[in-house]
Amino acid sequence: MRPILLQGHERALTQVKYNKDGDLLFSVSKDHVICVWYSQNGERLGTYNGHQGAVWTIDPNPSSTILASGGADNTIRLWDMKTGKLFKTWDFPTAVKRVEFTEDGMFVLGTTEERMGHLGTIVVFPVNPDIEGEQVNEPSLRIVCETKKKAVVAAWSYLGKYIIAGHEDGSVSQYDGKTGEQLLNVPVHERGMLIMDMQMSADKTYFITASKDKSAKIIDVKTLNILKKFETDTPLNTAAITAKKEFVILGGGQEAMNVTTTSARQGKFEARFYHKIFEDEIGRVRGHFGPLNTIAVHPAGVSYASGGEDGYVRLHHFDKGYFDFMYEVERTRAQH
Amino acid sequence: MTADEFYDDEEEIDFSDLREQYEVKLEEGLDTFVVIDGLPKVPEDNKPKLVKFLVKKLQAVGSTKEDSVYMPMGEDGQSQGFAFVEYETATQAAQAVKKLNGLALDKRHTLAVNKLTDIERYGREGRIDEKYVEPEQEPFVEQEHLRSWIGDVRARDQFVLFRADTVGVYFNNKKDSPEMTVERQFWTESFVRWSPLGTFLTSLHPQGVQLWGGSSWKRMARFPHPAVYLVDFSPCEKYLVTWSNKPIVYQEGMPGLTPEEDGKTYIVWDVKTGKLLRSFPPIENAQEADKPPNMRKKIQWPLFKWTADDKYCARVTPGSSISVYETPSMVLLDKKSIKLEGVVDFEWSPYAPTEDEAKKVSGEQLLCYWTPEINNQTARVSLMAIPSKEIIRTRNLFSVSDCKLHWQSEGAYLCVKVDRHSKRGKSTFTSLEFFRIKEKNIPNEPIEIQDTVVNFAWEPKGDRFVLITTGELPPAGAAPAPPKTSVSFYAPEKTKSPPAGPFRLIRTIDKRNSNAIFWSPKGRFCIVATINSQSSHELEFWDFDFDGEKKESEKDLAANLQLIGTVEHYGVTDLEWDPSGRYVVSSSSMWKHTMENGYHMWDFKGNSLREDHIERFKQFAWRPRPPTMLSKEQQKQVRKNLREYSRQFDEDDLILESEASATIIEARRRLLEEWRAWRGKMERELEEEREDLGLPPAGADEEKEMEGATVIEEIVEEVIEEKEEEIA
Repeated sequence: MRPILLQGHERALTQVKYNKDGDLLFSVSKDHVICVWYSQNGERLGTYNGHQGAVWTIDPNPSSTILASGGADNTIRLWDMKTGKLFKTWDFPTAVKRVEFTEDGMFVLGTTEERMGHLGTIVVFPVNPDIEGEQVNEPSLRIVCETKKKAVVAAWSYLGKYIIAGHEDGSVSQYDGKTGEQLLNVPVHERGMLIMDMQMSADKTYFITASKDKSAKIIDVKTLNILKKFETDTPLNTAAITAKKEFVILGGGQEAMNVTTTSARQGKFEARFYHKIFEDEIGRVRGHFGPLNTIAVHPAGVSYASGGEDGYVRLHHFDKGYFDFMYEVERTRAQH
Repeated sequence: MTADEFYDDEEEIDFSDLREQYEVKLEEGLDTFVVIDGLPKVPEDNKPKLVKFLVKKLQAVGSTKEDSVYMPMGEDGQSQGFAFVEYETATQAAQAVKKLNGLALDKRHTLAVNKLTDIERYGREGRIDEKYVEPEQEPFVEQEHLRSWIGDVRARDQFVLFRADTVGVYFNNKKDSPEMTVERQFWTESFVRWSPLGTFLTSLHPQGVQLWGGSSWKRMARFPHPAVYLVDFSPCEKYLVTWSNKPIVYQEGMPGLTPEEDGKTYIVWDVKTGKLLRSFPPIENAQEADKPPNMRKKIQWPLFKWTADDKYCARVTPGSSISVYETPSMVLLDKKSIKLEGVVDFEWSPYAPTEDEAKKVSGEQLLCYWTPEINNQTARVSLMAIPSKEIIRTRNLFSVSDCKLHWQSEGAYLCVKVDRHSKRGKSTFTSLEFFRIKEKNIPNEPIEIQDTVVNFAWEPKGDRFVLITTGELPPAGAAPAPPKTSVSFYAPEKTKSPPAGPFRLIRTIDKRNSNAIFWSPKGRFCIVATINSQSSHELEFWDFDFDGEKKESEKDLAANLQLIGTVEHYGVTDLEWDPSGRYVVSSSSMWKHTMENGYHMWDFKGNSLREDHIERFKQFAWRPRPPTMLSKEQQKQVRKNLREYSRQFDEDDLILESEASATIIEARRRLLEEWRAWRGKMERELEEEREDLGLPPAGADEEKEMEGATVIEEIVEEVIEEKEEEIA
């Protein structure tokens, strides 16, 4: 599995994401620039320029026409994916850490930081799929988080029914997707341990969280029951669920601020593959020389990309051995 | 120990004795009174004289006066042999009870001094039954077998693991994860320790030491030594020594302790009964006391050293004497310490003589000690027989800076590592003085080493040894990098019959970083390691009886040395062989550093068996095994049939392996089924919800896409050659 090294950013990566078709890969970093690449060969297609600060998050809409991004310049921006033209900017009092479209692309959510007297919020905007058309100025829904309990990450469930949010205190909330009413709040990770990443399964019925408490968990969207637990020996920044194979990929490593004081072998800058159902570690992929900040898996499960604090995106196409790998029980099951 | 268990435990404790002890004292103010019994009976005339005499005695501990003594007179005009005395303070009264009780006035009269409040409490009618009631004999309760783990069907060894706040004892399962026998939270406050024969697990607490054992891991004994810091067992686990850096401040009601223990730091206990045998004050060392606390020498531990049969225990008072105590009374041998001017250190021979042997001086317990150069007398090493105190061998040494005494495990050899300095004191070197204890007149054999020997280790039950040397030690603070070391291996020359020939160097390996030697408990194999180092973490596995070709140059030596494996364990801090010498565990403890804590298990050849990275890992310790109960003949028989046994064990291993994988497969199958079932349910529910919303089924989009992405197969045919053949 020879990776393609994507050298387009000058600073630490914050998020990478495939579009729904899987032919494009978007990456954002602290260097203010959004890049888009061909996922097949790693060729850079273009950039989206305009953010005035670190870009924290990115999401292409399902039909691959609109790109939403959020950043430290306190904005959510909508871009024409094809031309790179910025056509809408929503301003906030604080930085935006996460944006995500609904399955149908009709709504986009964003999470804003708690800072300088402003509480953390989750906002929802309806999106007009016509790029030339008018976009709303005000959110259709605004969920305000309790103090010291800002939502770090958030995602839509299937059919936009719920909004799931991971909080800085290690708990996960379920909100009604229409009314914003909080339905559930479950402490999932160790108290006070930041939830760094949350990614939905393909059908958005379950999701995986990654936390600084060194564990990742698979949780049922409906009940917020913990289904699976993956324990590692390093703080985690990201977790992704693979399509096609029943795996998860976890990434993390020594805190960036501590890296200089420890050797590379201490850093644990590896992508770790675990079996989603058996919770066993299957393998690791080395390469980054900083902690892994973000991992994304191709929607068809043929490749994955990881973005590191080291400023590189590493794009890996899985080889035959990966697809052939199967536990004995899975094999017998598959034969039946 | 879980919180629940802990509280359960609490409830079972009978507090009635404590309640009685701390009962609120209603008779406030009577604390200053004592009652004195056992006085002579005197007529009225002699009373002032007696009172005066008594007051004199009483004033030794506190202030009182003649007016404060009330001596009631009987009807016969005689005093009644007792008196009430008031002291100024309650503490003085307490002192009087402590010091004057049992004081003999003359041959016929002995004082009995008690607190008035005690007399009230215990002496009042009804408080104590007048009639003697025979204490009820407790019915015999079968105790758990203390060595049950030895009976493991697969003869596995156990180990204790201490991580975060949890202590657990496990069976070693080689490559597979260990089998837990017990796991408790907060089992110890500082560390755990096995008793030398593996019977007990020792835990330390601010209140004292506890021993645990048996198959249920229940508490076997408690030794209340407040703020205990270190513990040490005698070799046969009969006695336990505890030490605290804080002298005991005795307060009334301290369980298990008496006022005797006030100010003491060492306590010797009887393990079986849990009784305190004797306590000792800290050793006064005038030189050390003057220094600031951080400059003082670390305490010597173990201070009390035991003979192999637990019969004697001894300690050194540096510079003046060695005190030998007899067990179990813990009384000084011949009631006095052995005066040895300048004595620095000593070691008992680890050999325990049989009863017959002990009758002769030559068969007595041996104790080796050394004294430095003092008052125009050379430094010397001496061997003393105990209990006769006869010196059976001495050797004078010159230019000595320090000595270390290394007994071979069976007491057959003694190596005295003598660090010496040149006449000007500039360079240092080492000479090894060997004594062959079992041979006639205890011959001596010196080996000069040009460098400084930093580590030395005998082969257990053998006659070979390894040493690590280093050149000039860099001046303090100069080079941060540890100096290069050399490892040297020695063996005796081959002889036809005992005794073994003179010791010869087999080989020296230069430019190493090695600093530690770990012999297998069964001998033959030895690990030379670099531990507690920042840069190097190598473990080298050496075989002294390698089954293969031997170097021509070493053909006369009773060894065939071969390096059989080299491995690395990043951050290794400790290393321990299992009692059978089959496995060895290297560990990295958070007590030393916090990088990659955990342990790594190897077989004796250096093949990796298991690796376990554990957050906040602290301690790993194999459970020692008691000595084998098989006779020499039986052991020989086992060795003879080894092939047969090993075949059996291999078979067992195979069966076990397939069983284990069967359980794993079963568990995986279950997990897989559960997951599929859950997924199926979710998919159905999702479909229903989509239907309710009037949406097409979830797969529809993808299917359409798949259609769009169908692979178009084009078949191009090309005629390469045409040939006509006629078939007959």
